[in-house]
Amino acid sequence: MNPIFERGPSLRLRLFFALLLSIGLMLIDRYTDSSTQLRSYLTAAVSPLFYVASLPQVILTGASEQFMSHQRLLAENDQLRERLLRQSGNLQRLEFLQQENNKLRELLGSAPVTEGQRLVAEVLAVYSHPFSHQIVLNKGSNDGVTEFQPIIDELGILGQVVSVGPTSSRALLITDTTHAISLRIERTGVAVIAEGLGQWDRIRLVHLPHSIDIQDGDRLVTSGLDGRFPEGYPVARVNRIQRDVSQPFLQVQAEPYAQLDRIRYVLLLWPQTELDQQGDSD
Amino acid sequence: MQRAKGISVIYLSLLLALILMVMPMPAMVKLFRPDWALLVLLYWVLALPFRANIGTAFVVGFLVDVLVGTVLGVNALAFSVVAFVMAANHQKIRNFSILQQSLLVGLLLALYHLLIFWLSHFLTGVYFLPDYLWPVLTGTLVWPWLFWLLRRVRRQFKVR
Repeated sequence: MNPIFERGPSLRLRLFFALLLSIGLMLIDRYTDSSTQLRSYLTAAVSPLFYVASLPQVILTGASEQFMSHQRLLAENDQLRERLLRQSGNLQRLEFLQQENNKLRELLGSAPVTEGQRLVAEVLAVYSHPFSHQIVLNKGSNDGVTEFQPIIDELGILGQVVSVGPTSSRALLITDTTHAISLRIERTGVAVIAEGLGQWDRIRLVHLPHSIDIQDGDRLVTSGLDGRFPEGYPVARVNRIQRDVSQPFLQVQAEPYAQLDRIRYVLLLWPQTELDQQGDSD
Repeated sequence: MQRAKGISVIYLSLLLALILMVMPMPAMVKLFRPDWALLVLLYWVLALPFRANIGTAFVVGFLVDVLVGTVLGVNALAFSVVAFVMAANHQKIRNFSILQQSLLVGLLLALYHLLIFWLSHFLTGVYFLPDYLWPVLTGTLVWPWLFWLLRRVRRQFKVR
């Protein structure tokens, strides 16, 4: 039998050092800003692992596409073409409306809202640890991704990028417990703040007075007041209101439009140009 | 030479476990995903406590922190504590039957999740849901098979 720890410090001393080191790490990560940079390096260092881990999925989807019948492919093609037609029809109208909107804004003396650049990224990993709702994207600083950039999909806002490596980046979802976002109730225009709860299908509106005008099914869109998310993107629908007067605030929960647990592709937005212009006009 | 090969087998198995932890899966399956990295680590601590102990646990825990995106150090601390309990009692635990061992591993997993929740609650203010404890159950059920597999690997490659 091999005697354990014949060399080196005893087990308890090792534990003591490990505890000291990890507590130090926690404090640095939680209470200082230098950790964002550190995290970016670490994300870069471990990104090969994410590529390897997503390989089986890539191979499986590839194989299932290979064996998809000709007919089904044609049907899907038809469907997509129809959708494209419908959406480009809408887009034409949108361009017209945007021009009109800009002209009106010029008349009012406020800066025109320009569309930023966009980029499609694939999701390498959705990490669903209850205490951290994050996704890893396959685009990084080589593609011009920067921190705090909003990400969306076809249904609504997903979250924001929090750390960037050269070829991959990590984004925090709106349902994460550490995430908050400034929203506006579309029907009334009242600005509210929504926090994540660590659950995929709900976020919570905080600090709402009992007198606020809010209804089941109200659409919540981004307000743009936080300076990170561009204005007007849909985020969630109010689905639970508890009017308990013994509580200091109204308890309201909303369901995100985006299906956060099954994202495959996301759209990265560059809202900076728009913010800069607004800043200049002030 | 032999020793270097043995150590590389340990690291390779830990690396595989880390990859399993971040592999994309449907949300329903993810809810039940066992903590592979911790289970594999626990096996090596049990079998070869002079090769893999608290230092290894700290490094693996730190990697899990980076991969998973929890506050850095949370998993490192929990891994170290659990590995300490295992290493300090490895001679007793080795002599347990596989059923007793599984139950004990279940307890250790529960301790791990408690530590993670407690630290996360302290640092970021998360709320507890009973769903968080599913990996404890699946981990307990997986342990006998993992134990058998890794023992075969250990004997095959003569890791000492």
